[in-house]
Amino acid sequence: MSERTGIAKVASGGTELGRVRGLGSAREGTGHFIHQRLTAVGNLALFLWLIVSLVRLPLADFATMREWLGSPLAAVPMILLIISVFWHIRLGLQTLIEDYVHSDAPRILALVIVNFYCVAGAAFGIFSVAKIAFTATAAVTGVPA
Amino acid sequence: MAVSIFHRATGDGLAIVGTLALLWWLGAMASGADAYGAFIACAGGIVGKVILVGLSWAFFQHLFSGLRHLVLDTGAGYELKTNKMFSILVFVAAIVATAALWGFIFMETI
Repeated sequence: MSERTGIAKVASGGTELGRVRGLGSAREGTGHFIHQRLTAVGNLALFLWLIVSLVRLPLADFATMREWLGSPLAAVPMILLIISVFWHIRLGLQTLIEDYVHSDAPRILALVIVNFYCVAGAAFGIFSVAKIAFTATAAVTGVPA
Repeated sequence: MAVSIFHRATGDGLAIVGTLALLWWLGAMASGADAYGAFIACAGGIVGKVILVGLSWAFFQHLFSGLRHLVLDTGAGYELKTNKMFSILVFVAAIVATAALWGFIFMETI
């Protein structure tokens, strides 16, 4: 640690805290690391469920597929899958961008796009599953909801 | 080295192409029979099948190299021979799993 005067600090761009702020792990690194791995395990379990389900379903049969996704035992894991996947993607693409995009403006813009895409994508997916699940009875019985 | 690059490349591909396919599938199913039929027509065509096979390979490659990372996180598998063996195993397992999946689908549809 250098013993600089107040004037020297200003000349080199503010205080020590001011210079490092926004540049790195603001005690978020461990949380990022753990969430990346937690969602990885979540993805593993949920995608195994999805693949095993899909290969046994008549994928081209709209009515059967809707009835399947309308049941709680399919809708809930599908919603969990969407959350886990988009969370994992948000963290993964953040790492990618921070590693390869070095200038500030493009990096911040890319991070904003990733955040917006992941939240919007997850919202669209969850809404679709919810719509199918909450109108499942109507689809089966033919009575409009 | 290669397995790490592939982990990032497949993760990136899955994040963009994979999620768009997933959201299209879910959105089409929520929209109705016509939209779902259009999705199935695209997914079942030649281009759609190539993309789906590619996505499934990228998925298995990312899955197995992800499992490798979870093992490495425990501090195990850093010896040169073990590390190299697991790296090669990741590529082989991804190709085998992709072939097994599409072999199974092919057998089912006959």
